[in-house]
Amino acid sequence: MPRRSGRSEDQRTERMLGALAIAVLVLIGAMIVTVFVNAWPSFSSNGLSWFGPGGNVDTQLRAMQESTPLPGHDISYFRAWPLIWGTLLTTVFAVVLALVVSILAAVFLTEFAPAPVRRTLEPVIRLLAGVPSVVYGLIGILALAPLINQHLISNARKQSVAYVVQLNGADLTTATVILAVMITPIMVALIAGALESVPLPWREGSVALGVNRWRTIVRVSLRTARPAIVAATVLATARALGEAIMLAMVSGGRGFAANPLDGLTFLFEPVRPLAATIVQQSEGLTIAPLAHTIYAMAAVLLVSAALLSFAGWAAKQPLKQYGIRA
Amino acid sequence: MDPLMPPPVRRIALDREPHIAPPATSPNGAGSGAVVPSEAHRRLTRPDPATVRERMRIESVWLAYGENWVVRDVTLPVRKGEVLALIGASGSGKTTLLRSLNRLTEITAGAARAGRITLEGEEIHELEVNDLRRRVSMVFQQPNPFPMSIYDNVAYALAEQRPPRGRRRRRTAELEQAAQEALRRAGLYDEIAADLDRSALKLSGGQQQRLCIARALAAEPEVLLLDEPCSALDPISTATIEELIVRLRESVAIVIVTHNLQQAFRVADHVAFMHLGELIEYGPSEQVFDRPSQQRTRDYISGAFG
Amino acid sequence: MEAGGLVPAPARPIIVRPRRQSSASWPLIDRIGYWLCWATGIALCLIALAIVVFMFVKGIAYLRPALFVKSPAPSLQQSQSGGFLDPIVGTLIITAIGTVIAAPAGVALAVWISEYGRPVSLARAVESAIDVIAGVPSVVLAIFGLLVFSESFLGFLSQNAVNGSVYGRSFFAAGIVMAILALPLIVGSTREALAQVPDRVREASYALGKSRASTIRWVLLPSIRPQIASGIALGMGRIVGDTAIITILLGVTLTTEGVGSVPLIGTLRGTGSTLTSYVYNNSPAGEGNAPQKAYAAAFVLLMVVLALNALVTRLTGGRERGGRLSALRRALASRRPEWTR
Ligand SMILES: Nc1ncnc2c1ncn2[C@@H]1O[C@H](COP(=O)(O)OP(=O)(O)OP(=O)(O)O)[C@@H](O)[C@H]1O
Ligand SMILES: [Mg+2]
Repeated sequence: MPRRSGRSEDQRTERMLGALAIAVLVLIGAMIVTVFVNAWPSFSSNGLSWFGPGGNVDTQLRAMQESTPLPGHDISYFRAWPLIWGTLLTTVFAVVLALVVSILAAVFLTEFAPAPVRRTLEPVIRLLAGVPSVVYGLIGILALAPLINQHLISNARKQSVAYVVQLNGADLTTATVILAVMITPIMVALIAGALESVPLPWREGSVALGVNRWRTIVRVSLRTARPAIVAATVLATARALGEAIMLAMVSGGRGFAANPLDGLTFLFEPVRPLAATIVQQSEGLTIAPLAHTIYAMAAVLLVSAALLSFAGWAAKQPLKQYGIRA
Repeated sequence: MDPLMPPPVRRIALDREPHIAPPATSPNGAGSGAVVPSEAHRRLTRPDPATVRERMRIESVWLAYGENWVVRDVTLPVRKGEVLALIGASGSGKTTLLRSLNRLTEITAGAARAGRITLEGEEIHELEVNDLRRRVSMVFQQPNPFPMSIYDNVAYALAEQRPPRGRRRRRTAELEQAAQEALRRAGLYDEIAADLDRSALKLSGGQQQRLCIARALAAEPEVLLLDEPCSALDPISTATIEELIVRLRESVAIVIVTHNLQQAFRVADHVAFMHLGELIEYGPSEQVFDRPSQQRTRDYISGAFG
Repeated sequence: MEAGGLVPAPARPIIVRPRRQSSASWPLIDRIGYWLCWATGIALCLIALAIVVFMFVKGIAYLRPALFVKSPAPSLQQSQSGGFLDPIVGTLIITAIGTVIAAPAGVALAVWISEYGRPVSLARAVESAIDVIAGVPSVVLAIFGLLVFSESFLGFLSQNAVNGSVYGRSFFAAGIVMAILALPLIVGSTREALAQVPDRVREASYALGKSRASTIRWVLLPSIRPQIASGIALGMGRIVGDTAIITILLGVTLTTEGVGSVPLIGTLRGTGSTLTSYVYNNSPAGEGNAPQKAYAAAFVLLMVVLALNALVTRLTGGRERGGRLSALRRALASRRPEWTR
């Protein structure tokens, strides 16, 4: 008898847990569907030009909020390019910067750092990885932006673009630097962990052939750690893409498409990515055309996140044949 | 089998042909038959004394981990043209001595050395360490091919050691030639010529170990150190590698550590017996195995240590 | 020489300690890489130091005991705008709601995936769904949540306008979405811990006639409690630190505003703020713009994160100590047996 009851208890547990799993699945499915359904009106009325350039995004958003269509345009007229461009710029710059820094730092941490340095640096990195983004935003807007405004942006430079945009330090550079500082600790932690678990025989084997330590690190350790590097990059990119609050704080509130043709000034022009725009416009979720536009931005973020995890998966495939896994 | 136990080889001392099955006339047992070629090989090719030349010299060497001296006052020559086998119970310092020959001990924190080790008359501490390791290469107990293709493994040392001129990362004809040559010397080329781009980790254990030997040979070292190279392998692979070792001694000075006394007997020309860090006996292998001068050697060889 | 011979009494030898391996003989490009590593490592130390010192200096400079007991007040003067009692309470409430939901759900999901996981295709799908949650920006979760909680059948979770429309912003709403945010971390660490329990533990329990469910409940889960706890602490860190969900789903009123007359439920259906939204609103980007308050609150936030971090280290430190112990055990086992003497 006890066995019988055990089995039925088993089935009950399995069914309950399974139901929970299905609920999570349904929830996520519902989220994806909801976002796309709500985004559709914005995409369909703008067509593919939704993604293209065309006018000032902030004016377009305000028009929707005030329900007064821009002259010559539909109420849902929207051209997201400045925001997409801002997302691309901040994400790519920050991830590339963070990738280089974190690989070097992880190698330093695992291979060269003296033991006391290492013992102090490890918890600090863990702490930095856990600092809320709003704190980073605060540092960005109260410490870094004024610094850049005072010391790096000359008055001549401000004047040179004064007719389109005001430069005040809340700009691409600040956003990129703070974003990179935010994602670097996660990447360092993941990459250093992978470097530590590179099997000793591989490293010894390389050193025993008369290959110096640096080459051994580059060719054996980093190669073996590559899936972890890819995974860390994917994770960091996802965070950079989705970072809203910090970027909303340091972006200066303007949906401006920084122009590389402006030379160095480009680096000091404001940018505002998609996620930050969603936060700043969230009050408008009750106004239909604006809400559709916001969901359209969210849909773009969702698709990018999906593409990203696919890219990460694909990047890990070539090494599978050598038995290297993340 | 417990790796700490020396193999049962009592009869080696009594019988010149211990444990070795008669040549192929044996109706069954490919495994035991496979030992024969190496045995035959050794009998056939005694080293030609004319080619024997001293490459390295270990003079009154002491080695320690921290304060713990695990190799004490060892003096040995390492010669090209012959194979030197290090035998002895576990913990007697064979691996430590071997690793000190290309300064791999330096990777371990707290390792220290006293005495002189010379390569072609030069103290190895005066040499640049990566140069030294290129000239004195090592193969480990566990096959450790890198997670790359077979070709990349063999070309690795050539491409990554201090390249004499410019980068040699690209797959040049010259590099390919050298890699093929190394694979041939290691007796692996014919088996895998077709798929050099396959993952090295997909080879069998014996093939992997020969690949590791090829990898070491590719850079044309002067001395090859082998630390129990066959302990993870089956008898057939072991026989192949033993043959390989005997063939290679013409061009490379070889030091091999082994727990398998029959193997030492088959491949070595000189044998050094170590016990608790001390060199107890050194001499031509027939002498050490047949007429050991020390009681401890006799005990070890006859299995009395068990 | 040929005779070998016995070693003389071990006179203390002259020690040749190896020189430090230098990079001087490396090719230039390798040396550049080596020095870049050092430079980056030192730069990272300095940046970390700068951030920590900056936040401590600013935080301690503006932190007053009174800030902890006063509610925020609407004033443009930093001296008149009160403290952050309500945001602290808000953070506690949100963290509590999020954890209470996410912890059991996360553990249950992890158990289902690793111990049951049938049908396999469903398990794969659930795995990827959790990956999706981990990768989705929290703003997206937040605006999805707003849509859901504005549905009239969920009106009991937030406040309702006279015309029947549902506000959709409340502690309930924000807390529940926070639970989704924390879910992947709890699932992840529970699954990893379950994977590390050797199969023989399960088999031993089945052999005693225990059912799978009771094995999980009485054998597996107790044995991985520290890892579950550290996953929960990580999730709490995530909840405490998130701002986007709060700004969109909590209504961000200056003080905690209850709904109706039922004491606790009323508060939970109402709006309020948390430390993160307080920092945001008092930064130059927000409406309050009181940097001193923002610094002080950010400092408190940092302390909370630090505490959660220490908790995780404590919890997983137990595992590490076990690791060190087993390393020691292995080292002892490889000591040479007595018979060699
Ligand atoms: N990295 C190390 N740190 C400290 N002591 C070590 C280290 N490696 C080896 N030893 C000690 O040095 C002594 C000699 O070890 P070694 O590995 O040289 O023996 P061995 O003859 O190769 O043994 P085996 O036949 O088991 O491989 C042993 O007592 C061992 O405990
Ligand atoms: Mg050994």
